[in-house]
Amino acid sequence: MSERVLVAMSGGVDSSVAAALLVEQGFDVVGVSMRLSAEGSRCCSLDDVEDARRVATALGIRFYVADYTDAFRREVMEPFADAYLGGQTPIPCVACNGRFKFHRLLERARALGAERVATGHYARIERGGGDAGLELHCGADPRKDQSYFLFDLGPDQLSRACFPVGALTKQEVRERARRLGLGTAEKPESQEICFVPDGDYARVVETLRPGAAPGAGEILDEEGNVLGRHRGVHHFTVGQRRGLDLALGRPMYVKRIDAARNRVVVAERSALGAAGARLVGVHWVAGRAPASPVRARVRVRYRHPGAEARVEALDRQGAQVAFDDPVEAVTPGQAAVFYDGSQVLGGGWIAEAVS
Amino acid sequence: MRIYLDHNATTPLRDEVLAAMARSLRDDFGNPSSAHAEGARAKGALEDARERVAALVGARPGEIVFTSGATEANQLAIHGIATATGPRRRLVTSGVEHPSVAEPTEAMGAVGWPLTRIAVDPDGRLDLEALATELEAETALVSVIWAQNETGVVSPIERIAELCRSRGVPLHVDATQAIGKLPVRLDRVPVDLLSASAHKFNGPKGVGFLVVRGERPLAPWLRGGGQERGRRGGTPNVPAIVGLGVAAELAATELDERAACGAALRDRLWRGIEAKTPSVRRNGDPTCVLPNTLNVEFTAAAGEVLVEALDGEGVAVSAGAACASGAVHPSPALLAMGRTPAEARAAIRFSVGHGNDVGQIDHVSTILPDLVARARALAAAEGGSR
Repeated sequence: MSERVLVAMSGGVDSSVAAALLVEQGFDVVGVSMRLSAEGSRCCSLDDVEDARRVATALGIRFYVADYTDAFRREVMEPFADAYLGGQTPIPCVACNGRFKFHRLLERARALGAERVATGHYARIERGGGDAGLELHCGADPRKDQSYFLFDLGPDQLSRACFPVGALTKQEVRERARRLGLGTAEKPESQEICFVPDGDYARVVETLRPGAAPGAGEILDEEGNVLGRHRGVHHFTVGQRRGLDLALGRPMYVKRIDAARNRVVVAERSALGAAGARLVGVHWVAGRAPASPVRARVRVRYRHPGAEARVEALDRQGAQVAFDDPVEAVTPGQAAVFYDGSQVLGGGWIAEAVS
Repeated sequence: MRIYLDHNATTPLRDEVLAAMARSLRDDFGNPSSAHAEGARAKGALEDARERVAALVGARPGEIVFTSGATEANQLAIHGIATATGPRRRLVTSGVEHPSVAEPTEAMGAVGWPLTRIAVDPDGRLDLEALATELEAETALVSVIWAQNETGVVSPIERIAELCRSRGVPLHVDATQAIGKLPVRLDRVPVDLLSASAHKFNGPKGVGFLVVRGERPLAPWLRGGGQERGRRGGTPNVPAIVGLGVAAELAATELDERAACGAALRDRLWRGIEAKTPSVRRNGDPTCVLPNTLNVEFTAAAGEVLVEALDGEGVAVSAGAACASGAVHPSPALLAMGRTPAEARAAIRFSVGHGNDVGQIDHVSTILPDLVARARALAAAEGGSR
């Protein structure tokens, strides 16, 4: 009997083709759509579930909808709101893709008699040389690479994960979908965080944590001079220019958010660069931290091309990153992911930028 | 080979029904309201089916109103009687109704109709004393389910009917799950209105009927055209109704045999499950349940995942009520019986029917222990990460 694989189907073209490729390869494929939000969020709306179901029907595979609305709210949405209220700019998609989705789906896979879980991520898993474990690499399409979201996968998760489109470009994926006549072939990309479809983070935070949003506070420069007032720190992110309403005759940018004192600290663009970053919750894909500092290209947000740096592992899952040249908008709450060429060495969460 | 044990959700079409429908689709294309020969032929097919349905339930043909199914029949009964009897009088129903009764009565309650839901005990039995207390002269309608779709528990319709008759209150019964499984004879039980659906007894989907006894006034739900004696507008779906008629005739002829075979398979399945799978309990009064239905709590298992795992092994069953969005809603009927949401989530409904045999039943009770163990491991893992 062929191996049974569970494939997470979002209703998008990437996971549709991932499922199709596994069917072509002879696996016994079971499609699962995760229902994550009770409200009509864009990523996992009923329409998307129906798109996924139609693809599954066309491929002749079983398909189920798994309801994770409660867990998603508790483990992804509420921590997102809390991080915003703590002055950070969280990236919930990392926590969702790694810990949340893979954890849940691997559990469910076992109950359905499958060992492995496939997704439509643009990333590759390769076997390292010698006694090295599995390696996580960028997807073959540099513009679509999603390895950034997956740095947090543990060794067990990585050994049971499968990324069938990781070796393809987006264009190749669309072509395959067209050739197979899949209804999702021309579906547009989803860009935003799925539960913030209109980009209004502050409103989502206020809805998730009613009454918890801080009130107005001061906007200061780095010397401590009060320049104006803001509507609450959860309206701001590091590097932001809009919404400050300062009439200083020169553009100012958010450099730092001090949630404890409800302050937004601004600076001119030339002063935004950070020499380094302190990270927490660091995960090394190899399973252990390197004994001595390593050279790496560090991406400090999803679309960041990466900056050359020296990464030193610290105790208690910490790390210190020292950039060769200053990097702008190093933002607490975002993930910093370390690369050696195409290989993901590991990553962690930015706790603070270091000047 | 698939093993279909979800006959309370829907049933396969019988060959005899399919053949009659295919003939009707080709030959009975006329509009039954037309004066010409084509119309007369379709009208003949319609009335022939009406007689078969009337014979099944012990009513007169003129008392049968064809509908698109039991959901429509339930709305027609509730709104039709309520509207015809004057505004805002009490509606009495039970806590274990199908959504097609629960939701319309709930909506009427929200706009001012006093609404009483009679409770059930932990075995799913209606509290008849409460019903007797709640019935008052001002009650517009009592609506109760004959046999509960999820647990299979059968209501004491004879006693409820006597009670309603003695108080002069009209009684509507949703008999969707009872038809073809139990004797449903309105010439013996004084029920005033009765709903059913063809696809639950090997007929086609999209067709059902409401029986309206006597000359009871009933406001139409769909107006326009005056069909079905003014009680349901719209050109009738003749081929589907022909299929319903054949399915009704088969149900009448085979009733005893179906009930005996169903009960034998159902009991064998329960004995097999009880013997091989630890920590199971049966939901619903086992002395008063549909012959084909077995509702089992696999304690501490994720029921919806067990359904998927069984599906992967070729076995079709259901957990709670199906929902297109995939949302997991614990069965309202089990909650009404006092089960916790976790207990209700662990319940699986097996419902046997035409095409099942002993070999299939034994296969299912043999493969269940492993699948249940995995569904329990999942529920434990999810519970642990909460």
